[in-house]
Amino acid sequence: MSAVFKPEETFRDDFSFRNSAPAIRRFPLPFAEDSYMYSVNIEPHLPGPRGSVAEFAFDVDEHYVAECRERALVLSAEPLRYQALPHMMSSQWDCLELIMDSLSRDYPTHFSLAKQGNRWHWINRPLNIEQRFTFGDAASLPQQPLEYITRQAQGDFVVMDQRDGDLWCEAGMVTTQADWSLDFDLGMTFKEWHGPVPLAHELQVFDRALKFLLNLRLGQPVRRLNWTMTVHPRLDTSPENYPKWGPDRATVTPQNAGDLVHLRVELQGLWRLPRSNAIVFGIRCYLISVRELATIPKWAKRVHRVLRDLHPALIDYKGLTRYREAVVEWLAPFDDGAPTTPGAAPE
Amino acid sequence: MNDEQTLAVQVIAVEQVTPLIKHFTLAPVGGGTLPAFSGGSHIIVVMKGAGRVHKNPYSLLSPPQQLDAYEIGVRRMEESRGGSHFMHDAVIVGSRLEIAHPVNLFGLDKIARKHLLIAGGIGITPFLAQLEDLHGGAVPYELHYSVRSPEHAAFLERLQRCEGGRLHMYHDSDGQLIDFDALLGSQPLGTHVYVCGPAGMINRVIGTARACGWPDSHIHWEQFSAPPVGDAFDAYLARSKITVHVPPDQSLLESIEAAGVEVPYLCRGGVCGFCQTRVLEFDGELVHNDHFLSDSEKASGKHVMPCVSRARCKSLVLDL
Repeated sequence: MSAVFKPEETFRDDFSFRNSAPAIRRFPLPFAEDSYMYSVNIEPHLPGPRGSVAEFAFDVDEHYVAECRERALVLSAEPLRYQALPHMMSSQWDCLELIMDSLSRDYPTHFSLAKQGNRWHWINRPLNIEQRFTFGDAASLPQQPLEYITRQAQGDFVVMDQRDGDLWCEAGMVTTQADWSLDFDLGMTFKEWHGPVPLAHELQVFDRALKFLLNLRLGQPVRRLNWTMTVHPRLDTSPENYPKWGPDRATVTPQNAGDLVHLRVELQGLWRLPRSNAIVFGIRCYLISVRELATIPKWAKRVHRVLRDLHPALIDYKGLTRYREAVVEWLAPFDDGAPTTPGAAPE
Repeated sequence: MNDEQTLAVQVIAVEQVTPLIKHFTLAPVGGGTLPAFSGGSHIIVVMKGAGRVHKNPYSLLSPPQQLDAYEIGVRRMEESRGGSHFMHDAVIVGSRLEIAHPVNLFGLDKIARKHLLIAGGIGITPFLAQLEDLHGGAVPYELHYSVRSPEHAAFLERLQRCEGGRLHMYHDSDGQLIDFDALLGSQPLGTHVYVCGPAGMINRVIGTARACGWPDSHIHWEQFSAPPVGDAFDAYLARSKITVHVPPDQSLLESIEAAGVEVPYLCRGGVCGFCQTRVLEFDGELVHNDHFLSDSEKASGKHVMPCVSRARCKSLVLDL
């Protein structure tokens, strides 16, 4: 998508974030049917349809510049949102290479990368950055390689080392998260990190996911969608800042739900990294207000039904307890009860 | 995993480095670079011989930062079903091969306090790539390399250039044997041991390390089994509704693939567990040759690794 950036929009204070009409139509709705339950919904991260969020390895959309600025604001207040354990340096370079290679290949008007051996020259035009550095020499960049490149990327990144038959969450940039903390989870194994997720452990979702990921292959990345909801278009719903956003949930009414409540979808991508044999887990957050969603008639019906019939344990886990009913009530007039067509695509 | 995702390479150098081992250098067809990899990785080499496709795993021995060509070492196996003979006899400079992306099932532990590397014969190959990462690093390491006789010590020049006093050589011909009890009994806490070589050496290292109280998480080994030759048998693939015949010199996996049924795999050597297949029925004996299933899992007869395992059965029904 050749997006026009909206550098002034905000994800805090006055919350001026909005989706354009094309951005609404390409929103990655995670509901292929009228009900929702967990599944190991992993698929190859192959190029999706032209203009879709999966067209390229990393989607750069109209919110790119504003999201990078939001990340910088979070980091200036809380530097520990970026952390990397010392043994993760080779995986940091792997991530930098993956992101730079992908962006410069897929968006050549915005990004350029020239390599002469280990001498690299990176240009990021939307952020007005030009950097010459030596690949493998951390002193040649203004920040550590993972911090440097993820300050120029949308979405969170967690790097997992693979050893002892497990994956260890040992580096990451996490500023756009759905109520979890890198600072708290750093050093945990895959299942420890996912410990709070209800039902999925009993369904052996994580046993199967871990086994799958341990065998994830170079050159064969995978993706999945996950979702929750957020009041206001607030990217940073971190446990650290719970006092700032938690109370918002008590402000939702059936009258204002369409504007206040946002569906929050994560496009999660997983790549095996070549030099470190680690795995990078990209968690790209897309926000859309319920009112924006409802401009697509099929989606209004679909989301109404999913939320109305959601399993109680998922309502609690996703933090929807206080306002789900208000959203269901707001969407109800859009749902005539007629069947929806299969799949998530807008009609 | 899938043949469509292989990389086309051309052999640009072949060197006989010992009486049994040839050293092949593989460059991408049309130039450019190959994917980066980590020390300990292997590739599957797809060899299209006369009427027969061989897919064998070989460790990458080239430096991980060298991406214009990969290097592998191939030992000529006496009991070869053809793969190593094909590489030795039919592959010359200019030959084209297909390879799969590198996979690492034998990586160095990144938080180890010390690395103890033990190689027997051709088992030196994964360590050659790993040593590139260890050389000049802060973590201490030792390499213990055992060969039949001096003329069988492959890649010795490369080792001596890199490793100085950290290299310990053992020649069977001179009666030099690794004293595993002393070696494994005297390592500092936090050491990880890695062994690659013949089955007897691997079993010896694992057994000795456990007896010395090493945790399993600190014991690493890799041995790619060539699929053993055995009696012919038939397998019925229940979902595909076909019977495949497995001749003595072909593996179950190869026979299934030849029948047009795809089974996901990574190593084809009984290590990774990726091709694990459910056994629905069998009447006779499963001959498990893999290193993945536990003894009790093998005894239960519920799963088989078709890459290396066989059957002596009147009937065998697989969930494929």
